[in-house]
Amino acid sequence: MKPYLALFRARCRVLLQYRAAAVAGFGTQLLFGLVKMMVLEAFYTHARVEAPLTLAQAISYTWLAQAFFHLLPFSANPDPEVRDMIRTGHVAYEMTRPIDLHGLWWMRALASRTAPTLMRAVPMFLVAVPFLGLQAPASLPSALAFTVTILAAALLTSAFTTIITATLMWTVSGDGIARIMPSLVSVGAGLVVPLPLFPAWAQPILSALPFRGMADEPFRLYLGDLPPSAALPVLAKQLVWTAILVLIGRAIVASGRRRLVVQGG
Amino acid sequence: MNGLRLYFRFAALSLRAQAQYRVSFALWSVAQFIGVGVEFLAVWVLLDRFGAIRGWNLPELSILFAIVNIAFAVAESFGRGFDMFPGVVKNGDFDRLLLRPRSTAFQVSCREFQFLRVGRLLLGVVLFAWGAAHSSVAFGAAKLALLAGAVAGGACVFYGLFILQATMSFWTIESLEIINALTYGGTETAQYPLSFYRPWFRRFFTFVVPLAFVSYIPAGVLLGRDTTPALPEAARWCSPLVGVVFLAITLLIWRFGERRYVSTGS
Repeated sequence: MKPYLALFRARCRVLLQYRAAAVAGFGTQLLFGLVKMMVLEAFYTHARVEAPLTLAQAISYTWLAQAFFHLLPFSANPDPEVRDMIRTGHVAYEMTRPIDLHGLWWMRALASRTAPTLMRAVPMFLVAVPFLGLQAPASLPSALAFTVTILAAALLTSAFTTIITATLMWTVSGDGIARIMPSLVSVGAGLVVPLPLFPAWAQPILSALPFRGMADEPFRLYLGDLPPSAALPVLAKQLVWTAILVLIGRAIVASGRRRLVVQGG
Repeated sequence: MNGLRLYFRFAALSLRAQAQYRVSFALWSVAQFIGVGVEFLAVWVLLDRFGAIRGWNLPELSILFAIVNIAFAVAESFGRGFDMFPGVVKNGDFDRLLLRPRSTAFQVSCREFQFLRVGRLLLGVVLFAWGAAHSSVAFGAAKLALLAGAVAGGACVFYGLFILQATMSFWTIESLEIINALTYGGTETAQYPLSFYRPWFRRFFTFVVPLAFVSYIPAGVLLGRDTTPALPEAARWCSPLVGVVFLAITLLIWRFGERRYVSTGS
């Protein structure tokens, strides 16, 4: 356990240096959030139908999505350094280390999901809560439920990112997966449209996928749309999915190792 | 060799080179089709939930979505050199462009093209065909001309935004995510009728960055509906003119930025 924690901490320290990138990401998210907010306002103010979320909740959901945008594996290239290592053959060095390759990549992914998110989420809250209609958590238990489940969401998304990273060992087809998955994940997690607004028939499908626990469920616990008592089932689902994704990731890494041929030189 | 011929020479060369990478072409195009398709899914989900908004139904919104994305796809293909420009400043390669007997903007525009990501274009064409078939627009010669003008004007505006992005790197050196906010954020904005937005935001994208003139306003004329802010009828038909003027202004800003250039010296 100890070397993994050390790895995670070291990676976080490196990533926390990229402050300009965080400011830039924050600005981009602010613009996208404004557009989404105004589109929602237009739909809500002219609709005569009851929606599953109130306008205020939908707007808060949108700002949470912008604040935690980086938690999801968005860049087409989940871990550029690992990708280069695989391409150049330096991945062989990684294999000589006395720790497990999947664990190493998972910790790297966890650091690259959490440290940049922290730098973007804090300013987003500072701006969006007073000025842009992001509500405070529904209650203290809601806030607690959100905190616990968003941390579990980080474990879940990084386990998923590690699978994408591992598929890069089959470079060409792996590339395709790495490019296509982010769009699908962003829909399934609720970053494109708040998931409760999807039609009723789509809800069971969305719930059956692992992505809902990456953003939608923590957000709804925050808003009080899910009661704090729902935190335990949500957390259990997140952890089960994390375990499944870790097992899949380990299987992919193991079979990738078997077929890996490192060219000398 | 005159500029235009040289430009198309480079473009043809680039097309031939890129045509060699068939797998990459297919993968990128599929990925882009899905990535942009997800944006349209959002439009569909909201309409399915709330019904037509301010008179815009799904076929009409898909026509608007298509015009914006086709224009952006064209600008993205030809504006690739400007899109990739921050790297040129960062590694000092811009010094070499300054030594050659052509304008720097011309050289940058010829540096790179991106012809093989057809996902966005394809989705735009499909959505346009579907939208046109399911709405009551009669496409006469005038409306086809308007449509062509909107796409051409839109490509010019987006190309201008790529130039502005590139110009910013004379100051920032680094390539920062925020400079994508104008282009990709602009597309996201223009995918919905501008009447959806608050007045200050709408005015910005009408009179400062004239995206409204190449998306919402011509789409409104096409579908025979009023647009806000109310404009004289002639002004609603002038997409290409607005596009060209905006492009010219961004080129002037480029020249201004270029004078600020200090080599990174590597």
